[in-house]
Amino acid sequence: MSIETNISFNNLRKILERNGPFCHSDFECGEAAFATLSQCKVLIVGSGGLGCELVKDLALMGFTNLHLIDMDVIELSNLNRQFLFRQKDIGKSKAEVAAKFINERIPGVKVTPYFNKIQDFGEDFYRSFHVIVCGLDSIVARRWMNGMVISLLEYEDSILDQSSIKPLIDGGTEGFKGSARVILPGITPCIECTLDLFPPQVNFPLCTIANTPRLPEHCIEYVRILQWPKEKPFGDIPLDGDEHTHVQWVYEKALERAQQYGIEGVTYRLTQGVIKHIIPAVASTNAVIAAACATEVFKLATSCCAPMNNSMMFNDVDGIYSHTYEAERNENCPACSNTPQDLFCSIDDKLETIINYLKESPKYQMHSPGITTAVDGKNKTLYIQSVASIEEKTRPNLKKTLRELGLENGQMLFVADVTSPNSFIFVLKIGNNLG
Amino acid sequence: MIKLFSLKNQKKDGEQGSIRAGNPKRASAAQLRITKDINELTLPKTCNIDFADPDDLLNFKLIISPDEGFYKGGKFVFSFKVSSNYPHEPPKVKCETMVYHPNIDLEGNVCLNILREDWKPVLTINSIVYGLQYLFLEPNPEDPLNKEAAEVLQNNRRLFEQNVRKAMLGGVVGNTYFERCLK
Repeated sequence: MSIETNISFNNLRKILERNGPFCHSDFECGEAAFATLSQCKVLIVGSGGLGCELVKDLALMGFTNLHLIDMDVIELSNLNRQFLFRQKDIGKSKAEVAAKFINERIPGVKVTPYFNKIQDFGEDFYRSFHVIVCGLDSIVARRWMNGMVISLLEYEDSILDQSSIKPLIDGGTEGFKGSARVILPGITPCIECTLDLFPPQVNFPLCTIANTPRLPEHCIEYVRILQWPKEKPFGDIPLDGDEHTHVQWVYEKALERAQQYGIEGVTYRLTQGVIKHIIPAVASTNAVIAAACATEVFKLATSCCAPMNNSMMFNDVDGIYSHTYEAERNENCPACSNTPQDLFCSIDDKLETIINYLKESPKYQMHSPGITTAVDGKNKTLYIQSVASIEEKTRPNLKKTLRELGLENGQMLFVADVTSPNSFIFVLKIGNNLG
Repeated sequence: MIKLFSLKNQKKDGEQGSIRAGNPKRASAAQLRITKDINELTLPKTCNIDFADPDDLLNFKLIISPDEGFYKGGKFVFSFKVSSNYPHEPPKVKCETMVYHPNIDLEGNVCLNILREDWKPVLTINSIVYGLQYLFLEPNPEDPLNKEAAEVLQNNRRLFEQNVRKAMLGGVVGNTYFERCLK
């Protein structure tokens, strides 16, 4: 049954079959708008609290080509809010179980699961989607996705090619608080632009933990940070918050310490919570944020309305408060502020020649450029002058040609210099005179 | 506003979605940021920084040789580990030289506010270098990690000074043997 004839989609038809005063000027109502829903290939990153909501919302909104990625397996504590999972599913892949549930429940929808880490896939994979929507619980993962969509951007003569933009919708929740934002990489602020808006992890002063504990958390942190690495109860391995025997050991030691100081409240649950930095999740917050994100995917896919510009926060600790605001790009953002610039050169140019060019060219006038590049995703330092131990080890590179350094056409050079608050990114255009 | 589909039709080449592990061709933001930090280090003359592998800018050692104060003449090595979540998270810093110091314990844990509760993404490796150097100029008995050392510093500065000397020369202070760490 297609969307056009299915009465479940009557409400959708009211939006997509009519034009209106608030419609985007590019909006074409009618069949074309419906067609976009089945053509649009959406990647949902994370299949947890937000992910379950997102895949359900998008499937019920008429999107039929959904892809879901999550590296985690289902745990008992997920079941109160991750409603696509049942007790029998514990231990199975979140992405696979969620996909199966939706595929069986909603006719015409195909959810493709990936039981993977986001880092398992490369640029080709992410380029194949039209929109990416994230329901993640980690800043590292957000920053990685952000870096990926930015590296997909293509420039011609330093002008952004709009067709290389992958919109990234990012949702996040923390208890009764949540946020949603629309990122058009290269146009609107990215994750790195506003990195300092993320709340810092709660860290207690080390001396408080060591000498003047007042809270049960102080006792747990004492055992985690100071006692574990010293006593190595299970050998020289890192503490694993998912390993019962580890948590039990920390719990018992923390309880001992708490009793010495007359502190109450150390429990096994709290111990695990502190070790794993568990933040309580509230199902209704996830529902609100996922709905906001799904709506943005819908607006972007159909062009029926301009997308949110560009961030929203939500808080229902005390009544309901919500606020939409326009976050601003950081002009010194390490990720998205620098347009890669072409550096024309010959394969037989020496690194030294390039450095001298960067220093002497009226356009750059750099002082002591430090140059690195990436090979297979790993950093390779070509030359950094300001640190003696690196300078010594990389000095031989100065006399080497680009060919000898193994640099290729299209390779990116990252250049840091005191004359600019930001790194420059150069793309090597080999086969030219330096310029 | 960007229009997904009119643009999309021109670009079909990515559609196969080949499953190929790979990293973005750009360096990560953490990597770019640490490179910037390293390139702009302005070390005080008492500090030296050592990279075992110049390609690995995330792991390095800082060597502080104070030229005044209680610790004059000593040489103290700190290891820095920068995570992929830098600068959202501070680097992990440990003191590898055993030192008799109120704010550094015998396992090498360092009590410096900007390494934990007061870390901000605007701070840099340079800020930490200066913070650590300051710890040697002005050991702070108010926030002790080595309680015994802190008590001595608070009650008897002369004895503290002697203890520091003894420890740096290589000797026993309290019940602990300190290895010689004079320059």
